[in-house]
Amino acid sequence: MDGLGRLHRPGDTPVHRLPPQCKLVATGAFVLAVVSTPREAVWAFAVHAALLAVVAAIARVPPHFVLRRMTIEIPFVAFAALLPFVAQGPRVEALGVPLSESGLWAAWNILAKASLGTAASILLAATTEPRQLLVGLERLRLPSLLVQIAAFMIRYADVIVGEMRRMRTARAARGFQARDVRAARVLARSAGALFLRSYERGERVHLAMLSRGYQGRMPVLHEAAATGRQWAAAAAPPALAALVAVAAWVAAWMVR
Amino acid sequence: MTPSLEVSGLAYAYPDGTQALFGVNVTIGKGERVALLGPNGAGKTTFVLHLNGILHGGAGTVRVGGLTVDPADRATLQEIRRRVGIVFQDPDDQLFMPTVREDVAFGPANLGVTGAELERRVEHALERVGMLHVADRPPQHLSFGQRRRVAVATVLAMEPEILVLDEPSSNLDPAGRRELAEILTGLEVTMLMVTHDLPYAAELCPRSLILSDGVIVADGPTAELLSDEPLMRAHRLELPYGFDPRAIARR
Repeated sequence: MDGLGRLHRPGDTPVHRLPPQCKLVATGAFVLAVVSTPREAVWAFAVHAALLAVVAAIARVPPHFVLRRMTIEIPFVAFAALLPFVAQGPRVEALGVPLSESGLWAAWNILAKASLGTAASILLAATTEPRQLLVGLERLRLPSLLVQIAAFMIRYADVIVGEMRRMRTARAARGFQARDVRAARVLARSAGALFLRSYERGERVHLAMLSRGYQGRMPVLHEAAATGRQWAAAAAPPALAALVAVAAWVAAWMVR
Repeated sequence: MTPSLEVSGLAYAYPDGTQALFGVNVTIGKGERVALLGPNGAGKTTFVLHLNGILHGGAGTVRVGGLTVDPADRATLQEIRRRVGIVFQDPDDQLFMPTVREDVAFGPANLGVTGAELERRVEHALERVGMLHVADRPPQHLSFGQRRRVAVATVLAMEPEILVLDEPSSNLDPAGRRELAEILTGLEVTMLMVTHDLPYAAELCPRSLILSDGVIVADGPTAELLSDEPLMRAHRLELPYGFDPRAIARR
């Protein structure tokens, strides 16, 4: 199975059946609502997470499926862990280590929002085939050139990875092992060769496209509008998240 | 009747000065199945890319079903590209859309075919190569033989005047070869098969041309050409061990 396919979990639930453009907009709106929630309102983030849990339950996506794939965010949030040590301002003691109060809040802010955003994206990818995501982007009137580039990437990722693997096998078959920095020269040459091969393939694909009447525009093959009910269903989680965000702001203002 | 393909005096040099074709003359009648044989580097692919106007600028003319290829005339060029269906050697180059169905629809959709007619053409083309059951799969998940057959369907959906196949048997296992041969012989369409797989040419094409060093050096019944040992040797064409073209001629 290809790398992109591993994110998708085939199924036939109401979430899977929603048109991709609705899910794309809903995910974007949900992330916006999460990002605009004040960081001190810890309860609001719990509600956001609960909303995602409900969607996941309807889509029959088990928690471990989402959690395992969330490890992708670790490199991005790793630096958040440093903030409590380096930030300025009043300090609190934890196990004898002085930590910055504002740094703790900043770290929490990054961690909570990034995790919720990642989980939402994983749910989107789990319930929508890569192919359908592109259809959705196309229907949302994203510039067709960008959609084309993404489509070719999905189509040819496996082909290029396959070529890379064959080159690695060929190197290994002749006794090459990447031991230290001296190997970089060989690897750089391989990368160059791979780039050239992919470039040449691109030219051949272009010839094949021209031969079948391509004139710079992809033919429109999927014109299907979503119904009002489908939009309403998709809008429910982000709308609730937005309400939560507003409530959190109002609560914060009243306390002050 | 107008021939499907008339090529006269076709010459071409690449921009770097390498002359690839030196005055090629070929006429292929409607419904004929012709093999274009030649060693590597004989100019076969260059010739093929002239048939639908992708390469141009040299001397000579190409006419497809009576229509002259003129790269300056965009509307005619589009019609030429409908009439000349090229199946390229590597199906991964030819199948670039996310699903088989969309790939087969790509050609006719570029010609302005839409809706139910588009659907009909796609299904009919896939049916002709026995691949309708994989319509909704991504091409990268098919076997090589299946991809080659789908590549043929992508071109058939354009209802071409002439089907041009570049090395159709390359990389196929014997069963895949035979299945493709059965499909190709069943198609009622003019066919030009570019290959150096001589038994395959003998099996599928009653007539053959030999292209060598940019000119057509022989044109005749396939079994006769393949039996002409001095001719074959002169143009680096070799029969596989144990293959006797006279046995085919007697059949």
